[in-house]
Amino acid sequence: MRYLTEFHDPELARRLLDDIAATATRRWTLMEVCGGQTHSIIRHGLDQLLAEQVEFIHGPGCPVCVTPLEMIDRALAIAARPEVILCSFGDMLRVPGSASDLFTVRAHGGDVRVVYSPLDAVGLAEANPDRQVVFFAVGFETTAPAAAMAAVTARRRRLANFSMLVSHVLVPPAMRAVLGAPDNRVAAFLAAGHVCTVMGTAQYEPLVAAHQVPIVVTGFEPLDLLDGVRQAIGQLETGRAELVNAYPRAVRAEGNPAALAMLREVFTVCDRAWRGIGVIPSSGWRLAPDWADLDAQTRFDVAGLTVAESAHCHSGAVLQGRLRPPDCPAFGTRCTPRHPLGATMVSAEGACAAYYQYRRLTPAL
Amino acid sequence: MADLTGADVRRSALTGADVTGADVTGADVTGADVTGVDVAGWSCPMPLRDYPRIVLGHGGGGTLSAELVEHLFLPAFAAAGTVPPCPDTTLAPPGRGSAAPDTDPASVDAAVVEVGGARLAFTTDSYVVRPLFFPGGSIGELAVHGTVNDLACRGARPVALSCGFILEEGLELAVLDRVARAMGAAAASCGVRLVTGDTKVVERGRCDGLYVNTSGIGLVPAGVDVRPGRVRPGDRIVLSGPIGEHGIAVLSVREGLEFGGDDVRSDTAPLHGLVAAMLAASTTGVHAIRDPTRGGLATALVEIAAAAGVGVEFTESAVPVPPAVEAACGFLGLDPLHVANEGRLVAFVADADTDTVLAAMRAHPAGTGATVIGTVTAGHPGLVAARTAFGSTRVVDRPLGEHLPRIC
Repeated sequence: MRYLTEFHDPELARRLLDDIAATATRRWTLMEVCGGQTHSIIRHGLDQLLAEQVEFIHGPGCPVCVTPLEMIDRALAIAARPEVILCSFGDMLRVPGSASDLFTVRAHGGDVRVVYSPLDAVGLAEANPDRQVVFFAVGFETTAPAAAMAAVTARRRRLANFSMLVSHVLVPPAMRAVLGAPDNRVAAFLAAGHVCTVMGTAQYEPLVAAHQVPIVVTGFEPLDLLDGVRQAIGQLETGRAELVNAYPRAVRAEGNPAALAMLREVFTVCDRAWRGIGVIPSSGWRLAPDWADLDAQTRFDVAGLTVAESAHCHSGAVLQGRLRPPDCPAFGTRCTPRHPLGATMVSAEGACAAYYQYRRLTPAL
Repeated sequence: MADLTGADVRRSALTGADVTGADVTGADVTGADVTGVDVAGWSCPMPLRDYPRIVLGHGGGGTLSAELVEHLFLPAFAAAGTVPPCPDTTLAPPGRGSAAPDTDPASVDAAVVEVGGARLAFTTDSYVVRPLFFPGGSIGELAVHGTVNDLACRGARPVALSCGFILEEGLELAVLDRVARAMGAAAASCGVRLVTGDTKVVERGRCDGLYVNTSGIGLVPAGVDVRPGRVRPGDRIVLSGPIGEHGIAVLSVREGLEFGGDDVRSDTAPLHGLVAAMLAASTTGVHAIRDPTRGGLATALVEIAAAAGVGVEFTESAVPVPPAVEAACGFLGLDPLHVANEGRLVAFVADADTDTVLAAMRAHPAGTGATVIGTVTAGHPGLVAARTAFGSTRVVDRPLGEHLPRIC
């Protein structure tokens, strides 16, 4: 399959692994930023194969995991209203709020629907003029353009019954926060390829310059990840710190101009709370003032709803790369995918879920 | 980590299959540890306590389904005294616990009961697939093949099916006719009769067009004993063909998700002929058979591993995945190992008999793509491990939630 199976080729993987082993003189600490990369690394066992060359610290790039608790609670409150159809991506339905989750709201009669595209939510609004359709817009720069498109489409079609609960987050400010932490150990980043597909690569140049940290824009298939590691270690071993695009088949330096224009039109940058981490300045998008009429928070009066995070979950330390999931005292005992204490155990992209799903065997083999 | 592994084995031992009579009778309900359970006192970490109402996951064939059977149906039915403690007493002495795993046929597709000297396999299944028609088949073929295949997984020769319809007010007769004709044709090609039935109509909005239930009985030939409890370390694991086609075919026409083309068609097909050919090749060497429907190949392997108390290891690259299934799974974020099949089986075969059985499978039209994918080990009981193409190993588990609701 073009663009898929050739990036799983075991022979090429072996050559990349040999190359990395020949280059590395020590074990380097790398952070893969995106949860999709974390999942792929653990699923294919790349961390096992690179155990002597790389310590992977799993970054905060799981959109479901970092969506703040109060946003989940706001979504739950909106979804429970009889006139509302709440739509979101499938993973969000199981994420625990402070007292419930969207599946439970649905079992109690709430109309909660999984959509694959925000435009499907606009379609639902058109088809159900007597209902209020709310799209719960979560995710990084990758999902935001489709949410912006939904807003533009809803306005063009004059749909008064469509609104959005927006909790978008931005990757570079989170990477800056990781680098700025006093106990930071990250020597190089594998930047999230699909974020760069939208945003381009220029925004990483200041980070490289200020922190002298190699940033390699990396894809998601096993060979993509191995090539990203190879280029990062190549820089580290020669004392270089550069921005490199190792995912050129999907990423151009200028990003996607049409998507960027739409994002600038619909959203405006704001401070954003990240679940388990806290508020990171200028790390989110909210609806721009011109689009405030689409804001579900004001339409349903939930903006004042705030809650504190449970003390039992250490997902903040996991998301910041300070705690490996299996080292968490709750991992696999009090906290499992069916009884998650935090979102990192819920989402398919969450680091804790990836370890739980694929790594329970390790001590036995 | 050791605790974790143990805990998971215990949970996986619960049946994850449909909430059916076959599953209920197939499990051990005599133990005090089962009958004494009440909702408030559960010791397992989460189950229904956190879901006081039915959520879709309870029907997903995964762990939530299993917990419903274990904690709600088994105690309720055992108290009524209507559930035979072990339907397989003709095959193995009564008993329970790990010392006699053969008497704990959790996860079997059909119960086997002795009636007047004959061994009858008995099973039931309900079909709520949406949409009713999809590339390669319809709910009609599924309702026949699914139940025939559950019987075949016990080595039985299907004899007769019942069918119950629940129809929604307003359903077009032409639709019902199309489904009924599909059932008739499928039954004829299976050599099985539809001998009794029932029709109920509910008000508009009370169901989604049409639901079908079929129950089936089959005859287990003399000397045939196919069930998870016979799986032993050293057995080879044989898969009858490529995976994922049914689930992806249904998804490809699911409302709001159409990705069109005719690249993937459901593999829905009866398996009893293939099973008969396998048993003819080796009556005793075929230890267990499973049709990997809801929850996919991963679920089938996990359930057998748990029921037999063995480990399963397979080579990921040995599992045939059609390119179109691979592509669809790629963009939907699904694992082909979790996607449903309706015309495939996975068999656990004694090592010495594998070549003979494999040859017989490949000679049968339903098994031309048969291939060995792995082996049974004594290590990591209850867990399934996949060796990746890169030489690393990972755990393979059942899907957790309901990625593919209502596909069979």
